[in-house]
Amino acid sequence: MPNWETVEVETDLLICGGGMAACGAAVEAAHWAKKHGLKVTLVDKAAMDRSGAVAMGLSAINQYVGLKDGENTIKDYVEYVRNDLMGVTREDLVASIARHVDGTVHLFEKWGLPIWKDAEGAYVHEGRWQLMINGESYKVIVAEAAKNALGMDNIHERVFITEPLMVDGKIAGAVGFSVRDDKFYVFKAKAVIVAMGGAVHVFKPRSVGEGLGRSWYPPFNSGASAYFTLRSGCEMTCQEVRFIPVRFKDAYGPVGAWFLLFKSQATNAKGELYMQTNKDELQKWGPYGKVKPVPANLRNWLMMLDVMEGKGPIYMQTADAIKRISDAVEDPKARKKKLKELESEAWEDFLDMTISQALLWAATNIAPEEQPSEIAACEPYFIGSHSGASGAWLSGPEDLQTDATRDDYFWGYAHMATVPGIFCAGDASGASSHKFSSGSHAEGRIAAKAAIKYVLDHPEAPSSNGALAETLKEKILKPLDVFQEHKDASSDPDINPNFLKPKMAMFRLQKIMDEYAGGVSTNFTTNEHMLNRGLELLDFLREDFEHLAAEDHHELLRCWENVHRTWQAEAHIRTLLYRDETRWPGYYFRSDKPDLKEDWKVFVNSRWDPATGDWEMSKKPIHQIF
Amino acid sequence: MPSFVNPEKCDGCKALDKTACQYVCPNDLMTLDKGTMKAFNREPEMCWECYSCVKICPTQAVEVRGYADFMPMGATVSPMVSTDSIMWTVKFRNGTLKRFKFPTRTTPEGTAEPSGGWESKGDINDQLLISEPDGLGTDLFTLGK
Ligand SMILES: Cc1cc2nc3c(=O)[nH]c(=O)nc-3n(C[C@H](O)[C@H](O)[C@H](O)COP(=O)(O)OP(=O)(O)OC[C@H]3O[C@@H](n4cnc5c(N)ncnc54)[C@H](O)[C@@H]3O)c2cc1C
Ligand code: SF4
Ligand code: SF4
Repeated sequence: MPNWETVEVETDLLICGGGMAACGAAVEAAHWAKKHGLKVTLVDKAAMDRSGAVAMGLSAINQYVGLKDGENTIKDYVEYVRNDLMGVTREDLVASIARHVDGTVHLFEKWGLPIWKDAEGAYVHEGRWQLMINGESYKVIVAEAAKNALGMDNIHERVFITEPLMVDGKIAGAVGFSVRDDKFYVFKAKAVIVAMGGAVHVFKPRSVGEGLGRSWYPPFNSGASAYFTLRSGCEMTCQEVRFIPVRFKDAYGPVGAWFLLFKSQATNAKGELYMQTNKDELQKWGPYGKVKPVPANLRNWLMMLDVMEGKGPIYMQTADAIKRISDAVEDPKARKKKLKELESEAWEDFLDMTISQALLWAATNIAPEEQPSEIAACEPYFIGSHSGASGAWLSGPEDLQTDATRDDYFWGYAHMATVPGIFCAGDASGASSHKFSSGSHAEGRIAAKAAIKYVLDHPEAPSSNGALAETLKEKILKPLDVFQEHKDASSDPDINPNFLKPKMAMFRLQKIMDEYAGGVSTNFTTNEHMLNRGLELLDFLREDFEHLAAEDHHELLRCWENVHRTWQAEAHIRTLLYRDETRWPGYYFRSDKPDLKEDWKVFVNSRWDPATGDWEMSKKPIHQIF
Repeated sequence: MPSFVNPEKCDGCKALDKTACQYVCPNDLMTLDKGTMKAFNREPEMCWECYSCVKICPTQAVEVRGYADFMPMGATVSPMVSTDSIMWTVKFRNGTLKRFKFPTRTTPEGTAEPSGGWESKGDINDQLLISEPDGLGTDLFTLGK
């Protein structure tokens, strides 16, 4: 084993991750911990200022309910989420986040985030729930509050959380390694918040050259949350509910401002509005085909039908939208001003959160007022905070339960997983979609307060087990040994009969998922046989993980990222197999089960049993609260 | 080549213990060549073009050359960062130039106060989070008994 120092950190509450949810957890936990004399520690694989999905910034806050001004009610929000997810949502969790999210947004504003205001001082809405922001420094500002709350002494950056630390079936912390120094970390904690984002690069992305990294979801969120919760034996939910956004093609720039703010329409190559020409198809998808707004996955589906019929490319008709807005202004001077404003808003939308798209428009000489721009479906991602739903199965807060829900949805602490002491937020938590950046932060806060309460109720220190930590250290650092042991068998550091480098491990995973589990290559279509074949091939990959090799810290990081992704992949395939219908046709289509079945209006939960290594699948009832 | 470093401008952050671009990259890509003392992107095909390294570099040595597998050549998008705003220059392939300036924050750097200045009225056994209910501007919703 490489001669790395083992660093032990003892704490009461460990926050894994440094993104939106973790930063929310940090500000909240710091307050309650200080009051009760507890210690909180945060670990991020990157630097909090720019880590996670908000690294680049964002141009909108996507969840603001507007409770104080009576704009909407909690019930309104819950109904919106329920419909968008084809009826599959935990209403107690969605309500739990929605009742706190406005307070989070008000904090962002106090901390210095510029939120657009109209002449009367009211927030400018992009859509019903979305606020426009000047969000280039969104993450920097949110991280600053978290750092000010915790203090840098309690924050470890550039440490990659690799495994949960489980002692006698109980959570006792986490282990990981520094991606900078020769240090292995053992964090001992009484409770852990899992907030390490979702997963990308599980499926093959559309671009595989230099543009491999230009997935819509950031390439640095690699399934650590799913891995952590699975490996500690937590019950998971909605592992089939991946998310496939439709975005501007190739650079994956946002379309929200165009659709919502500028009321732009999308057409096929012949100029036909696929949402109208294909609207009869909506009848097939139960009550969800009739709701407004049309669920995201059904909008995808109507577009994909045109693509599959060979009617592409699909275009966002930007010029028509701009003309409509400018025609509505009669005074020529005011019209000119309006057009200038529009131009700046359109470019800011890209520059604040997908700079590549600005580059692509510039590189292809796009003048949006003159010509349309291509849009397309991206590849599948796991992002429970957005319009997907994958994550851990959590307890809701007690006061949001009814007699019907209490037995199924409540076990003591808000947003705690089924393994006591593990709390989840943001992309890590399932069946509570549409929380986005603001709701993830709010969920981090809810989980943190509950976790502090848990620590106060369970003050006994986790039993320590030095031998276990050493075993984990050996296992985690093994790829470094494998490389050193075998490197001389080949003149090429990457091609060697004795080992597998992480990059090719990733490509192998992506190819399996793409071809068998409904990736881009099959237009997101799969069936039982393909899924079973995918599982067989995943078995070989997992066996080969014994031979992963790393030349340095960076490759060691890549090795473990791909192990994490593979667990997310397996949970996904097993859940796709178990659900005996197609419910989200624009996210995936089971060619052997092509219809929605009302008796499958249930959650599908999954659990990997750490004691036996077996997977258990189950159905959980959906209770309507609102 | 996504992000790349102009060797004439990079001074290796004057051999401080960590370079700015390496410190910030969320995907652990930027690294320093200890021989030349110049930074480079060690895995350009894993770059998100998030521009964090571009924005933070004190000598403006980092630029982005759009992903060659789908971007025609010749365009650039470059930021100039100040304490409360960012100025973007967009150069098109056909030479068109556009400039945009956007605010980035309304408070001095470092001053974010976790509770936002609102009193936190809850205690550990209730549902109120910090700054609530005042920061919420309304009472906290509940289903009641
Ligand atoms: C392109 C894009 C556009 C979006 N647009 C909007 C928008 O306009 N408005 C909006 O409100 N929301 C938007 N969202 C959604 C929003 O970004 C997410 O909902 C939110 O960031 C989720 O928070 P999180 O904390 O779960 O994950 P993240 O914020 O991504 O944080 C994950 C954290 O985990 C860390 N991490 C990962 N693995 C490990 C590990 N093994 N060990 C230690 N740390 C680890 C990462 O470094 C990071 O700090 C967008 C998302 C994307 C991808
Ligand atoms: S931040 Fe700039 S000057 Fe410093 S090492 Fe990186 S490229 Fe060089
Ligand atoms: S653009 Fe972003 S992902 Fe690419 S090297 Fe710079 S900081 Fe890293």
